[in-house]
Amino acid sequence: MAKIGIAVFPGSNCDRDVHHVLNNVIGVQADFIWHTKDRITGYDAMIVPGGFAFGDRLRAGIIAAHSPIVQEIKRMAKAGMPVLGICNGFQILVESGLLPGALMMNDSLRFVCRWTKVQVRNNKTPFTSQFASKQTFGIPVAHGEGRYVADSKILKDLKKNNQIVLQYSNDDPNGSTDLIAAICNEEGNVMGMMPHPERASESILVADNSNNDAITIFRSLVANLKQKAVA
Amino acid sequence: MAKYIVQVVIENKPYINDPEGETIHRDLVVKGGYSSVQSVRSAKMLKMAVTDKSEKEAETTVKKLCEELRIFNPVVSNCTVQVSDKL
Repeated sequence: MAKIGIAVFPGSNCDRDVHHVLNNVIGVQADFIWHTKDRITGYDAMIVPGGFAFGDRLRAGIIAAHSPIVQEIKRMAKAGMPVLGICNGFQILVESGLLPGALMMNDSLRFVCRWTKVQVRNNKTPFTSQFASKQTFGIPVAHGEGRYVADSKILKDLKKNNQIVLQYSNDDPNGSTDLIAAICNEEGNVMGMMPHPERASESILVADNSNNDAITIFRSLVANLKQKAVA
Repeated sequence: MAKYIVQVVIENKPYINDPEGETIHRDLVVKGGYSSVQSVRSAKMLKMAVTDKSEKEAETTVKKLCEELRIFNPVVSNCTVQVSDKL
């Protein structure tokens, strides 16, 4: 049976939402792992959840990126294990060097917290494999530093390697380059996304005119882990 | 050994737009009558008090830690390090 680890830092605040969705909605075992842990065994995937790890001091994600658990996550990612960063988790993965670019203050200079729509641009990753090609779905964002920025060389590589996974659709909540909402690494096993699938996985939580399609992020991951277990 | 104040300025690269600097320029400086000011860029500054043998060595230590600990994200920012004071 697949087991998923959820990294927890001082200041994480979406860890319990992810834990609830995985354990109670999807039905897969997921456990909290404190940031001081430097050796992790027995887990098949890691999720770095949202929040304000270390109070976003200096720059969102940078202090957490130096923590023992992130060094271990880097090692696990190198071995091919799926790693998903959500919101602050995306910022942490970028600052740790697992994903390229930067997440900067929103163009509006304000924290944005609302529903938006994203389109799937790559449905070959372990986190999007159960979406239809170019599927659009509703999902909330809640961030101050969510403007994805990269230089022209990184952008060229992202496009060439099909690393842009989600793009905002008919909406621009933060001023991200090319409306980027999620990217993955070249190998595809590490993904970072600014929107919050854990807040949109149950019908009771979704906005009007939307549905809980965002749960497909977690369903894809779990299906991928099961497939791996069989193979 | 002496104590030096080392200033670290983290500034976004020119290709990154800076809505804070633009707003300060447009809505405060120019509207306030200072039309000779052509632009404003915002930045972050850290002051580090460093005990070291010389000014040069204090600067080298801080430069090294900025790179090593990613005090700035090199994709989007530049970092300048300068000793501003000796205590």
